[in-house]
Amino acid sequence: MRGAQETESSIVGPGRAVARWPIANVYRYFGLLAVLGLMCLLFGLASDRFLTTRTFTSIANQIPELTLVAVGMTLVLVIGGIDLSVGSLLALGSAILGVLMVDRGWPFWIAAPIAISVCGAAGLVNGVVSIGAGIPSFIVTLGMLEIARGLALLLTGSRIVYIGSSIEFLGAPPGGIPLSPAFVISIGVVLAAQYVLVQTVMGRYCVAIGTNREAVRMAGIDPRPTAIKVFLISGLLCGLGGIVQASRLSSADPNAAVGLELSAIAAAVIGGTSLMGGRGNVISTWLGVWIIAVLQTGLAQCGFSDPSKRLITGLVIVAAVLMDAWRSRRWN
Amino acid sequence: MSHAEVSAPPMRLGESILRVSGMTKRYGSVVLDDVSVDFRSGEIHALLGANGAGKSTLCKIIAGLTPASAGEMFLRDSSYVPTDKADAEGWGIEIVQQELNVIPTLTVAENLYLRRLPRRGIGIDRKRLHQQARVALARVGLDGLDPATPAGGLGVGERQLIEIAAALDRNARVLILDEPTAALAAVEASRLIGHLRLLRDAGLAIIYISHRLDEVLAMADQISVLRDGKLVATLPIGRLVEQDLIRMMTGVQGAALGREHRCHRRETTLLRVRGLTRSPRVCDISFDLAAGERLGIAGLVGSGRTELLRAIFGADAADSGELSIGQEATPKLFSHPRQAVRDGVAMITEDRKSDGLLMSRPVRENVSLIDLSRFVGRLGRIRTGAEGTAVRTRAAGLELRCRSIEQPVGELSGGNQQKVAIAKWLDHSADFCRSRSDMPDASPRIFLFDEPTLGIDVAARQKIYELFESLAASGAGLLIVSSDLDELMQTCDAIGVISMGRWVTRFERDAWDRESIMKACFHHHRRDTAAG
Repeated sequence: MRGAQETESSIVGPGRAVARWPIANVYRYFGLLAVLGLMCLLFGLASDRFLTTRTFTSIANQIPELTLVAVGMTLVLVIGGIDLSVGSLLALGSAILGVLMVDRGWPFWIAAPIAISVCGAAGLVNGVVSIGAGIPSFIVTLGMLEIARGLALLLTGSRIVYIGSSIEFLGAPPGGIPLSPAFVISIGVVLAAQYVLVQTVMGRYCVAIGTNREAVRMAGIDPRPTAIKVFLISGLLCGLGGIVQASRLSSADPNAAVGLELSAIAAAVIGGTSLMGGRGNVISTWLGVWIIAVLQTGLAQCGFSDPSKRLITGLVIVAAVLMDAWRSRRWN
Repeated sequence: MSHAEVSAPPMRLGESILRVSGMTKRYGSVVLDDVSVDFRSGEIHALLGANGAGKSTLCKIIAGLTPASAGEMFLRDSSYVPTDKADAEGWGIEIVQQELNVIPTLTVAENLYLRRLPRRGIGIDRKRLHQQARVALARVGLDGLDPATPAGGLGVGERQLIEIAAALDRNARVLILDEPTAALAAVEASRLIGHLRLLRDAGLAIIYISHRLDEVLAMADQISVLRDGKLVATLPIGRLVEQDLIRMMTGVQGAALGREHRCHRRETTLLRVRGLTRSPRVCDISFDLAAGERLGIAGLVGSGRTELLRAIFGADAADSGELSIGQEATPKLFSHPRQAVRDGVAMITEDRKSDGLLMSRPVRENVSLIDLSRFVGRLGRIRTGAEGTAVRTRAAGLELRCRSIEQPVGELSGGNQQKVAIAKWLDHSADFCRSRSDMPDASPRIFLFDEPTLGIDVAARQKIYELFESLAASGAGLLIVSSDLDELMQTCDAIGVISMGRWVTRFERDAWDRESIMKACFHHHRRDTAAG
């Protein structure tokens, strides 16, 4: 076979090794890390409280729910869809947990799986309706956004359900270590999702579906089961996010996470995920979550008002989308 | 037709109008190397060359779409350096590219005058618009076309003519056409060529890129052959024959290319199609495909050839009819391509961009897509090493030219893209089907090719014909749809003709001639007009 290998190289060229687990081509994250580093530097210069361990551990303990939701969003975006229902589903998940634990007195380990399953079922409905009936996921999940929020408000009677310290073990750092279990779980989810996306057949299909769904179908692969699974995963992660959030706040707030879908989309796009589908990276999305969180925290510490914080965050998102457009122009 | 309108300043025919000198273009590597050509008014000047020879690059430079790295151009003695397409149009140089720019939702007239619609007050002066449009359309022979027709309903040939009409209306002196007939059926193509001849006689300089050598020989006055970015020769067409052109383009003696046909047809029937119907384009079609057979499907554009393949493959579910594959007793229909693929049927689609390939993804992922299960290791991980080796072997076997298998398919030339589109099915048929234990000995492998050589250069085309032969020799059955009848006559054992969605007849290799096949293509058209 040696000889054959050599004649090939003249025609095909030396195929360089492809994506390696877990962090493929580390250089691809340099851009995002540089942005993150630059932001930290600027905020550090502007405020002497910023560059402290406390700032970063508090950010780390605040971002797990956005991380979980953004991971699901990244997968949905990769297949060329969008999931606008994530914020509402997260609130629904936490509402179910709160109602089951407080009103019914069920233990956490029964209530939590139920909450996650219900959100998964809602994600499945998103997938089946949009993929099965060929309706744009934008519309279907917009409907689910309202449905889930309505359910959350109905279940809780529109009031915050105080659960108490029995579930704080997830969201609060245990003694000695400054990081919460929720943060560790979210890291695990990020790595697992990245593994699925980059290393497995399902991930390969996701990218292929987002690139050209018809070509996938004509290759004798049914794109529908994969696409539906992705919506299911997004729903499940919303449920998990809801539990993490309830644990952090010690309560279930049916009005929580309004507009979270936009932050999740922003994080994914800042991380280079294409809104057109076919391109995305979960680790980059996680760095996108960090960029958003650092921006929020840093601006707050530097004394920016809430409106100006929103303005600056908006500018950062637009800049990221411009970069995305510039990158994808090569193909259109 | 008025000569004065076509060529704004009066000029003598045969006068040099555009001189290109020492033109060089580098995109990393040199794609155009010191090319000098003289284009004269009143001449059709064909540019020939394999894909990647630099024809399109040269045209893009002339049309102002991309700047040259070095070299000069002169438009009748004054130095010509176009800054962009609009600037080139101002100089009277127009390009009609392969990808048409006609907007389907606008009317013909609106498309013609999109950038300078006549105004009345704040609205559009429809009356004047349509008057102007009628004049412009008449210039390309579309006298009968109502300017208010939506452009979306027109065929590719008519759209092409509309773009040419728009170019002429802007007083084009040099018209560049990049493969204008690639997507046209023979009748449409010859009509377009007729109009181009008239425009040439009116004094226009036409630069013409085409892979159809017979067409070039029939219509061009001058040819320039490019190879690997260099000009091989500029010659008057004179008494050149096809073999001369092929030799110049490939640098290979033509004799090696025109290979003798060998029939590999076997006794066993591989695919039996009975009464296949998908209205309105496929009506009650029945035929057999034997193992080792290459069966061409001829027909006019719109006769239902692509639809027939799609109905067999399950891409569009058929309304009625049956298929039987190999020895299987129970007839069936496929409702999803997945089922067809599992039964050993492959389809190479006509439009690689829309439903054939993942353009932004690497060669590797495209070739391995169909059956990834072979490479799955522990924890569901795709063993990319094994995948890469398999893909590289397959790519080398087809002489695929790419930087590496990690190069996105969209960056490859048309011929190489087609090789990727075929390669993925070869892997599938070699491993995926044979792994099925319930398959009989001669595992059915059926290939449906839709316009397999569209926009592909001569050398790559020969490679694909060789591939047809080796597939046939291995016992596969090939169904080949092509608008190029010569191609079918060169490669197939038999040709089936369909007309208006219905099967007309089948011609065997020993007993066919061009004329009767063409006649058969019009079969149902004639009967319909006779009936009406």
